[in-house]
Amino acid sequence: MIATAPAPPRAGTSRLRAEVRIVAEADGRGGTRFAVLRGAAPVSLRPTPDGLHLVASAAGPLGGDVVAIDVRVGADAALTVRTAAASLALPGRDGAPSAVTVTAEVGPGGSLRWLPEPLVAVAGCRHTASATVRLADGATLVWRDEVMLGRHGEPPGDVVTRLAVDVAGRPLTRHELRAGPSAPGWDGPGALGPCRAAGSLLVAGPGHRAGEPAVLSPTAATLPLDGPATLTTATAPDAPTLRRLLDTAHRPPR
Amino acid sequence: MLPPAALLLADTRLPAGGHAHSQGLEAAAAAGEVHDLPSLRAYTLGRLWTTGLTTAAMAAATLRACSAEGGADWAGLDAEAGARIASPVLRDVSRRLGRQLLRAATAAWPDPVLDGLAAALPGGAHHPVALGAAGAAAGLDDHAVAVCAGYLSVTEATGAAVRLLGLDPYGVARLVAGLLDEVEAAADEAAAPRALADLPCPSSPRLDAGAQDHATWEVRLFAS
Amino acid sequence: MHRDAEHPTPLGRNPGPVRVGIGGPVGSGKTALVAALCRTLGAEIPLGVVTNDIYTTEDADFLHRQAILPPARIRAVATGCCPHTAIRDDIAANLDAVEELVRAEPSIQLVLVESGGDNLTATFSRALADLQIFVIDVAGGDKVPRKGGPGVTSSDLLVINKTDLAPLVGADLGVMDRDARARRGDRPTLFTSLRDDPGATAVADWLRARLPAVAVGS
Ligand SMILES: Nc1nc2c(ncn2[C@@H]2O[C@H](COP(=O)(O)OP(=O)(O)OP(=O)(O)O)[C@@H](O)[C@H]2O)c(=O)[nH]1
Ligand SMILES: [Mg+2]
Repeated sequence: MIATAPAPPRAGTSRLRAEVRIVAEADGRGGTRFAVLRGAAPVSLRPTPDGLHLVASAAGPLGGDVVAIDVRVGADAALTVRTAAASLALPGRDGAPSAVTVTAEVGPGGSLRWLPEPLVAVAGCRHTASATVRLADGATLVWRDEVMLGRHGEPPGDVVTRLAVDVAGRPLTRHELRAGPSAPGWDGPGALGPCRAAGSLLVAGPGHRAGEPAVLSPTAATLPLDGPATLTTATAPDAPTLRRLLDTAHRPPR
Repeated sequence: MLPPAALLLADTRLPAGGHAHSQGLEAAAAAGEVHDLPSLRAYTLGRLWTTGLTTAAMAAATLRACSAEGGADWAGLDAEAGARIASPVLRDVSRRLGRQLLRAATAAWPDPVLDGLAAALPGGAHHPVALGAAGAAAGLDDHAVAVCAGYLSVTEATGAAVRLLGLDPYGVARLVAGLLDEVEAAADEAAAPRALADLPCPSSPRLDAGAQDHATWEVRLFAS
Repeated sequence: MHRDAEHPTPLGRNPGPVRVGIGGPVGSGKTALVAALCRTLGAEIPLGVVTNDIYTTEDADFLHRQAILPPARIRAVATGCCPHTAIRDDIAANLDAVEELVRAEPSIQLVLVESGGDNLTATFSRALADLQIFVIDVAGGDKVPRKGGPGVTSSDLLVINKTDLAPLVGADLGVMDRDARARRGDRPTLFTSLRDDPGATAVADWLRARLPAVAVGS
């Protein structure tokens, strides 16, 4: 998920185990400060006015890489997380799977906006991007997932993205997107069809007014969940179209 | 070995309301995406490995929960099932079919488990939860109920295709026979014991959008 | 198909309000009869309607437009290509609709369930309908009663509608009456023209007379 282009090439067999930790707290003056900001190769953390950027110091994730990102947003704190560029999930030399796991907790009145650039599932990859988010009552979440199924003209590797969100201990949403040769029927009309870009945008929180469901295209819809939340889910021919569909539903303030 | 009770639970003639639903096929057919046997196979396979697997996993987990000490946490299971259905239309369908299945299962296999479910969730349970409870009442194990879930996901779609598209029923029978290994494989994954929050839950954005759209049609044959 | 001449109408078997199934071929006047019964009986007895449309919610929409009943008293059920399945083999959605009606309006004592227009073989499950009315019309030709089928032979009431059209289509009501008697034995048959009698007086009288018995049970 985390790469800037151009990233330096990596030796094929070196596997990375990275544990990244981010703790954001209200600073008592209406702002947010970082109590902990710990990057780990290949991920470095760069605060910008636009949000916290996850910057990759090497290409990847590469088969075999395991990256765990732990995010805590305290009561009344606000955190936006972005990446500077799309990340490429690449096959490792020995076929080992890669994984990026995000665990996030947002306290009451806190807000987390997770708005990375797309993940590209390169041919031959075996990648899982999994996120578990626990929201306190009164916490806000904006969560975007975008996957490009292969680079241009290439079939994708195996990719799974998964999002599980609880609000005050109650399940809000659980969903997975599976694509690639190990997911039977994934490119048929019962799943993703011919589209090569897929994604979702979840907006949840007390200020959120779940409106009426809306069909944005034959393969995209904005869906009010049980709870103060809306999930927009879409497949599209390409990344810009996908982004447009997701933005239609919710244009995140810059 | 699949116990004979599974045959009844997975029989589309069990009066559980399934006949009125096309498993999204009516929308896919109208969009021209399903029109013959190969496209029906692709559709059914994708459906089996997305919402079919998700349903099967919740049903299997529910069945295991039925034998938990102190009984199942019905509200908790129901909330987990609902969190896996993003489309409000499909959540409504799921509740409806859950209620209807519970009625049929209670007639076929009267059991305190089903009474407990009905009492805990008077508005009706989501379909996967009702299916798991029905499986428990019928004496199935978690893998068997997952097979039933997967099989129904396939046959309700293919059954609708026969009625809607007039496809060759022998060809459809061959198609279903050819998918049984997939049903078994999906059930294997679905029935692997895990914490509720970690169960497989693949979804299909197309089916969600298709179901929302379908519900607005003025002229349609199937309820979903 | 189940046909049970030995078995007179089982009265009041099903819990809740009395359910009357109204079946018959496409266009014979089922919805017109439902509307008529609502007009005539609606003031006397709290009632609700479930329609089974095949493609649309046309029938429910018609009843809405006529404003004979408040919308909360009308439910539409989709039948997935098979109108007879929804009233006979898998009545789950219809039972659900009846329950919803009662939940929304607990005073309801009578529910009219209109089946989707089907053929002569369609019949209601006894678990769905306490009483069945089968509606045919003279425009289909005077041969229809002779053809039989469970709706004609074993419904609790056979309604032969659109008698006003008989001269136009050359249908002989005498023949229809004779054939209906032959097929139905003691079971009653009524001739109606809902055009001339939009209150369906005779059918309403028949139903009214049955209601206490049905409600009390047997
Ligand atoms: N002339 C005449 N027309 C009638 C009579 N009763 C009904 N119709 C007309 O016949 C047509 C069909 O009536 P409906 O009540 O919609 O018939 P239906 O059996 O509900 O039809 P489906 O639900 O489509 O199967 C309508 O145009 C009615 O106005 C009648 O007694 N005489
Ligand atoms: Mg009608």
